Amino acid sequence: MTATAQSDSHPRGKPRAGDPPHRTRSRRRWVGVGFIAPFLAVFTLVFLAPIVYSIYLSLFRERLIGGNSFVGFDNYVDVLNDDQFWTSLARVALFLAVQVPIMLGIALAVALAIDSRRLYAANLFRITVFLPYAVPAVVATLMWGFMYGSRFGLVGSINENLGLSLPNPLSPDLVLLSIGNIVTWEFVGYNMLIFYSALRVIPLSLYEAAEIDGAGQWRIISAIKLPAIRGALVVATIFSIIGSFQLFNEPSVMQSLAPNAIGTYFTPNMYAYSLSFSGQQYNYSAAVAIVMGIVTMIIAYVVQLRGLRRESAA
Amino acid sequence: MSRSRTRHVSRAAALLAALSLALTACGSSSSQGGDSGEKVDAAAVESALQAGGDLTVWAWEPTLKKVVSDFQAKYPKVHVKLVNAGTGNDQYTALQNAIKAGSGVPDLAQVEYYALPQFALGKSLTDLNRFGAGSLKSSFTTGPWTGVTSGDALYGLPMDSGPMALFYNKTIFDKYDVAVPTTWEQYLEAARKIHKADPKIYITSDTGDAGFTTSMIWQAGGKPFQVQGTSVKVDLADSGTARFTQLWQKLIDEKLLSPITGWSDEWYKGLGDGSLATLVTGAWMPANFSGAATAASGQWRVAPMPQWTAGGTATAENGGSSLTVPAASRKATLAYGFLRYATADAGATTRVEQGAFPATTADLTSESFLNKSFPYFGGQQVNKVLSEAATQVVSGWSYLPFQVYANNIYKDTVGKAYTGASTLSKALVAWQDACKEYGSTQGFTLQ
Repeated sequence: MTATAQSDSHPRGKPRAGDPPHRTRSRRRWVGVGFIAPFLAVFTLVFLAPIVYSIYLSLFRERLIGGNSFVGFDNYVDVLNDDQFWTSLARVALFLAVQVPIMLGIALAVALAIDSRRLYAANLFRITVFLPYAVPAVVATLMWGFMYGSRFGLVGSINENLGLSLPNPLSPDLVLLSIGNIVTWEFVGYNMLIFYSALRVIPLSLYEAAEIDGAGQWRIISAIKLPAIRGALVVATIFSIIGSFQLFNEPSVMQSLAPNAIGTYFTPNMYAYSLSFSGQQYNYSAAVAIVMGIVTMIIAYVVQLRGLRRESAA
Repeated sequence: MSRSRTRHVSRAAALLAALSLALTACGSSSSQGGDSGEKVDAAAVESALQAGGDLTVWAWEPTLKKVVSDFQAKYPKVHVKLVNAGTGNDQYTALQNAIKAGSGVPDLAQVEYYALPQFALGKSLTDLNRFGAGSLKSSFTTGPWTGVTSGDALYGLPMDSGPMALFYNKTIFDKYDVAVPTTWEQYLEAARKIHKADPKIYITSDTGDAGFTTSMIWQAGGKPFQVQGTSVKVDLADSGTARFTQLWQKLIDEKLLSPITGWSDEWYKGLGDGSLATLVTGAWMPANFSGAATAASGQWRVAPMPQWTAGGTATAENGGSSLTVPAASRKATLAYGFLRYATADAGATTRVEQGAFPATTADLTSESFLNKSFPYFGGQQVNKVLSEAATQVVSGWSYLPFQVYANNIYKDTVGKAYTGASTLSKALVAWQDACKEYGSTQGFTLQ
């Protein structure tokens, strides 16, 4: 899928015979700039400016006593020595390691089931699985939050009516698992759709060939389908990694239901939010955000490299 | 894009944060507004009121609406725009950002006593001594007055106050034949008896509330926060704090506290359906009772706050707000005219009539106020108990100059005591350390 980009081997960089004299060429270069200027202006304003500004902010420190001063990389040194930052990062890393494989596994299984054409009412099933994605995250979290309630919610009712004592999903030990469940519910359908659309573009001739060779369904899945959608798998994984590291809505909404289980530094995003909005530590918050951005980029990049290497080896 | 909504929210947050800082940069260089620091006498305030102008007020206190319309009737040339910019923390964030931006700052802003030092420290508020407001000292009760002063400076005028009292559901106490507690030891006994008689009833609910805890420590004689200019002392292990933690730890350990968070729907339901037997809180509570826990009408009563020593009369403040004039207001003189009207003059009485608990001695001692009987409280003359409490607030308390943030991170540390992962006394020390750390990064000298 990505190999096509490499096929273009026209030697653009090298000067060709009959190049116009130097002066004309430099004028022509400026004409080119004119063409890309509108794009560059928007790109700079919308994409680069906020990043550059955050970096600029992160080099200062404003205090209640003493005002604003330039501190160089002090904020970054502090972030790297900040236990609360590492705790929150470790928490989302754990979330990533457990929730993402489960979510993608279920999504893949559903996509393969629908693609097998053996399901009755496959379209209805597909829509139903996808539906949670259309529910706003805040609403979804509130909905699940009420079910989790051990005094007033579904868990509470089950305990009361069946005489059980289920563990409280909103207790500090289980709350991350409960959030993982909500996120899985929300995004299985979305990832399923990515996989399913990738499955749909596999040429039918491959299946016919497999059938002629006497391959069973499992064989078709492992030898044709999975290799063919590897690109989609890598993309979905990268999006999920980014999503996990940026976890914010679900724990933030659940905080009011489980105030003692979800603190102000539950996830790195919540930490940055709390630092800037209630702590007035904008500079430190900017440093946290940038460190988090870099960590996310590195991990996403590593996954992409691994994914692509395997693909080119296949 | 997976979880794109999450990303949008966080991006928006980052942008907002960036924006507010962008505004900071502009704000610091701009001038301090039209008024200089000169003294302004009462006649000048009066002529400013007659000359008129537009005023913007940021407040969430509902009784101010009537005050504004009365005020405009009296001074037709003044136009007051009352804006609800959020309650508590939300408003402080908006105010802080506006002050830094140097634009969009209101002429008057409601600020709770505990949050006042933070704004005073940032030199964000006008010292009202300029207008001779210091002479109003005798008009207000001591607790709120201490709340608005900082050294010689006076950063606002008290709007209401919250001396604490014990609200209790009389039907529960009668049904199980439990005496209304006058000491905290009796309170613990009552908690045990009631919960034993009916496991669905709890003495009260608590999942960790910084405002409540600090007020309890205040009543117990603790002085955990001491501020001398930029030098701050935090000691959440003093004897007053220990008094509170020893008792409250027993309530937590014996599971005598309902795990319902205050101000939630469930909490109001609990107050209404007889599953919460008491509530120790500020004197502004009656209006909330009759407004939101209607099911229990006639069942609740008010008694003095339980004591640490038998026969004592100590109480503390919980909540309460002042009205301030931000330093960036360009119409400080006119703003002070409204401020004085709303807090000390006719406006104060208007607000009391609508159910606010006054911080003015004249209203607190007026016959009509004291003798008012409340049908919700079974005809009890509730204000008699509450106004007596207002005179019994323990003196010498102060909040941190960054109490807003400290309260915000309270759950991170003290929350553990309520989930069993720590004890209250240990968790409070952890909170103390977190406060100290924040204080030193903000440039305070910590002791």
